[in-house]
Amino acid sequence: MTAPASSTKVRGETILSVDNVVKHFPISQGVLFKKQVGAVKAVDGVSFELRRGETLGIVGESGCGKSTLARLLMRLETPTSGRATLEGRDLFKSSGSELRRLRRNMQMVMQDPYTSLNPRMTVGDIIGEPFEIHPDAAPKGSRRKRVQELLDVVGLNPEHINRYPHQFSGGQRQRIGIARALALRPEIIVCDEPVSALDVSIQAQVINLLEQLQDEFGLSYIFIAHDLSVVRHISDRVAVMYLGKIVEIGTEDEIYERATHPYTQALLSAVPVPDPEVRHERNIIRLTGDVPSPADPPSGCRFRTRCWKAQDICAREEPLTVSRAADPHPSACHFAEVRPAAA
Amino acid sequence: MTDAVIQPTPASATPEGGHLLEVRDLHVEFRTNEGVARVINGVSYHLDAGETLAVLGESGSGKSVTAQAIMGILDSPPAHVRSGQILYQGRDLLALPEEQRRQVRGKEIAMIFQDALSALNPVFPVGWQIGETLRQREGMSRADARRRAIELMDLVKIPAAARRIGDYPHQFSGGMRQRVMIAMALALNPKVLIADEPTTALDVTVQAQIMDLLADLRRDLGMAMILITHDLGVVAGVADRIAVMYAGRIVEHADVRSLYRAPAHPYTKGLLESIPRLDVRGQELSTIKGLPPNLMAIPSGCPFHPRCPYVQKVCVDVVPHDLVLGDGRTSACHFAQEVRDDSAR
Repeated sequence: MTAPASSTKVRGETILSVDNVVKHFPISQGVLFKKQVGAVKAVDGVSFELRRGETLGIVGESGCGKSTLARLLMRLETPTSGRATLEGRDLFKSSGSELRRLRRNMQMVMQDPYTSLNPRMTVGDIIGEPFEIHPDAAPKGSRRKRVQELLDVVGLNPEHINRYPHQFSGGQRQRIGIARALALRPEIIVCDEPVSALDVSIQAQVINLLEQLQDEFGLSYIFIAHDLSVVRHISDRVAVMYLGKIVEIGTEDEIYERATHPYTQALLSAVPVPDPEVRHERNIIRLTGDVPSPADPPSGCRFRTRCWKAQDICAREEPLTVSRAADPHPSACHFAEVRPAAA
Repeated sequence: MTDAVIQPTPASATPEGGHLLEVRDLHVEFRTNEGVARVINGVSYHLDAGETLAVLGESGSGKSVTAQAIMGILDSPPAHVRSGQILYQGRDLLALPEEQRRQVRGKEIAMIFQDALSALNPVFPVGWQIGETLRQREGMSRADARRRAIELMDLVKIPAAARRIGDYPHQFSGGMRQRVMIAMALALNPKVLIADEPTTALDVTVQAQIMDLLADLRRDLGMAMILITHDLGVVAGVADRIAVMYAGRIVEHADVRSLYRAPAHPYTKGLLESIPRLDVRGQELSTIKGLPPNLMAIPSGCPFHPRCPYVQKVCVDVVPHDLVLGDGRTSACHFAQEVRDDSAR
């Protein structure tokens, strides 16, 4: 398999830039005359840059908008406002053949390997389907061979090309999903919780495969997950989301060793560590209550209702995600500081 | 059933030297159209009063089926208990008629499930569902059951219990629903609580709240708990002992600290090495090669041998017995000593 032509491009340059993306889902009432009574602010002003060859991890609890963000980037949802620039073009404004061409450069691996593969299609048809939409990617005669190459790349037996999804285990199906995403030789792959449905022993195999493919093809990943340990393992940079906003973004080291946002600190401290000896030394922050509804987020800082540092200013003023005195990476907290002796 | 005659023992007392709950050599199979899946192949474990036993395993390892057999809620058919005993206070639950079994269920041994949303009935208020057990089993009046339901909701720290008692499951968040489930399980003051993946569907911050709640309740109410999970991180914090399951067998059994410090079965060792850790940033993750076994065709000898880095000829031919490694530690591996020494290094 040949590496994409783009691999000659500079590693580290910005490949995708997302600027103030907003997605509000309307809540409507009434049977005959629907009228909008509110909106679920699923993604509410998210900005970040993805660099060539890097993995950007996005973590957050359920309902924080991380999957909606992935769907927006794939243009599976239409954003309410905002820009996303890929190859110098606005992804959200393009349509027709231009959109098709941009989409070719950005593919997705879905969470659930059981429902994201059509049970009535053979593995060969599933992985080869992108070539139907983009016939120039592989000439008709060479498609079967190309699919077999892809199966080989993701560690499946190329002879199994005529099998159906149900004949594969969960981990193998996720490999099929990855092969499908690789088919058009994209530069960016959006992985939405790619390992959370898998058993621990299989999870490690898939993570290693993703890392190996990244080295081989110079891929950039947007890796969405709720498991902070997995995200730390695979990511170069990490963004933490809470109620539709990025509250902190930085390198893997900045987020995991020098987090300055209280939410990140609480999230990190709550992760169970598989070591009974370390566990008792850890200083766990217990958050009270649940995440507020994204239809009616708190005023000012959205985390203030669960934050132990909350003051009057937090209710009045929304903190911007900017670099603060505590540490150079951007953090959206009025009282950002590195937690002393964080375990 | 086994040939041994089961002696009826007084229900009240635990016999001398016996355990509160003991599973002995349990075999369960699922008879399906495609063939017979041997899901549980000789599981034995015990639970003493006031302790927490964690049963750890991946999907299909039989950890939940064992729990369902203890509760007597296996779907039968296709499930079929081939042999074995489940002794509760010395009585074999499997030999009891259904009516007596029902008296054990909920009152002596209660269970909470993974997915609280599908375990609760969506068309009844939560208070009614918590009180249902009390009305049915204790013969409480509706007003008394309601009062007790509020107490139980307070006990599991649901805020404003009296106001929320009339709410329906969908009006609660995931963490609160799990609390409702726990309140239902506690209604009849059980001595044993089986928690089947109680936090798997929850976010980390909520997961920490629920695990704390379970630990507090276990201590305050003096219950014994069986925690079924696949998460090595969750187990490390709360369990006293761990039983690791693979292909319907317990492959390793140890106290928590010894197991994490030096696992003595290659499967446990592989599992611990394959999880990315928050506090240790390594390079490539080590993996367990291959796939979990097909339960309709479990490999000969040691069921783990096709995936095992320690595999020798003997592993293919001979089923390993539980090797005792002192301190009540066992490992079903021919090379248990060697594996443990390697891990400790």
